[in-house]
Amino acid sequence: MDINAYIASGILELYVAGALSEDENKEVYQMMHKYPEVRQEVLDIEAAIVKLTAATSNIKNADLLQAIKDKLTFNAPDAHTKVISITKPKYNWLTYTGWAAALIIGAGLLWTLNQNQELESNLNTAEIENAYLEEQIINSRSVLADSKKLLNFLRDKDIISVPLGGQGEFANTYAKVYWNKKDNSIYLDAQGLPEAPSGKVYQVWSLKLNPLTPTSLGTIDDFNTDDNKIFAIANANQSEAFGITLEPEGGSETPTMEQLYTLGVVPAPAP
Amino acid sequence: MQLEILISKFQQKDEKAFEKLYRMYSESMHGVIYNIVRDHALAEEVMQDVFIKAWNNANSYSAEKGRFFTWILNIARNAAIDKTRSKTFKNSRKNLDAEYFVDILQHSDSLDDQTDAIGIKKFVSQLAKKCIEVIELLYFQGFTQKEASETLDIPIGTIKTRNRNCIKELRTIVLN
Repeated sequence: MDINAYIASGILELYVAGALSEDENKEVYQMMHKYPEVRQEVLDIEAAIVKLTAATSNIKNADLLQAIKDKLTFNAPDAHTKVISITKPKYNWLTYTGWAAALIIGAGLLWTLNQNQELESNLNTAEIENAYLEEQIINSRSVLADSKKLLNFLRDKDIISVPLGGQGEFANTYAKVYWNKKDNSIYLDAQGLPEAPSGKVYQVWSLKLNPLTPTSLGTIDDFNTDDNKIFAIANANQSEAFGITLEPEGGSETPTMEQLYTLGVVPAPAP
Repeated sequence: MQLEILISKFQQKDEKAFEKLYRMYSESMHGVIYNIVRDHALAEEVMQDVFIKAWNNANSYSAEKGRFFTWILNIARNAAIDKTRSKTFKNSRKNLDAEYFVDILQHSDSLDDQTDAIGIKKFVSQLAKKCIEVIELLYFQGFTQKEASETLDIPIGTIKTRNRNCIKELRTIVLN
């Protein structure tokens, strides 16, 4: 190719003007790389055009560059944060995932803690129930022992059974005395008596009939709270009868006959 | 080769490279823009837009497609012409048609010291009208060879050679 003819064609002037097609532009570009004189020609044309166009400029504002830099946020502190913002979505994704994981773990921990507390509470309840049951067993054993003792006592051949009948206006009341003369003790079964009014107590009397001599066997202070209403009382007297009266708290020296609830005579021993 | 490095740095958002390119071409771009809009404030506004646009679209430039100067010249011409098509511009200015870049040169007393003002004025006074017309259309207005040939009603081949001769003349004056 005749390079001088190529240069003289005027294509390079049009190249600088931007008046060529895309393909022509590529062709000139390749020619510039291939032939230094083509490249130099282009540079000279460009320099001349830059000078000519600059000559028509009467730019007065020297701060124009600064204004552009300000608009492009050069040298501004957020010029660099802008760059960071490209990676921000990644950062956010990680953060959100992290927070989500933390929340899930936190919720899991809370749930486990809650479960643990519930189990501990259940265990406590079970322990309390256990203790309560043990106590009941002990109670039952004690009751059983009491009952056996009572049964043994009642089965004793020397036992004298004395039924006490209701007296006067207390006719519907009753009681029973089991008396073991050998060990000087009686069991009073007072189930047939109503609850003692407040401030009053039942008092048990041993009686001699001829002449009528009452001897106090004591008051039953725990009558209202006792479960089986059976009371063990010591009795060393040669009793001929037993009676129960209602007396003021602390008991009386002699029985108040108006308040005599029950009375029973000891049967004569068999001949 | 230095220009290629500068442009590559500019494309990598190097602020110093931007400044350097601005100093190289801003006056030239302003001349082209001013020639189209013929208003100082407007020309400055458009030029700001041009360099911001160049910065933001730096990666769309490729040396294979043409000179960097031509690329930014194209942005400048288009931005200025867009401005003249806006409604507010049309309302404020009506009569620009007959003016060429030479008017600015002939009527201006304050040409920048950096440019060879005397040389340019000499050139303009020596230039034939046919040169003024073809330079105006091809460089200042961004006409294609075909558009220029249609506007001036001369064959395409003639545009090419005439332009070549006019630029040759220009070079002898401004580049020694």
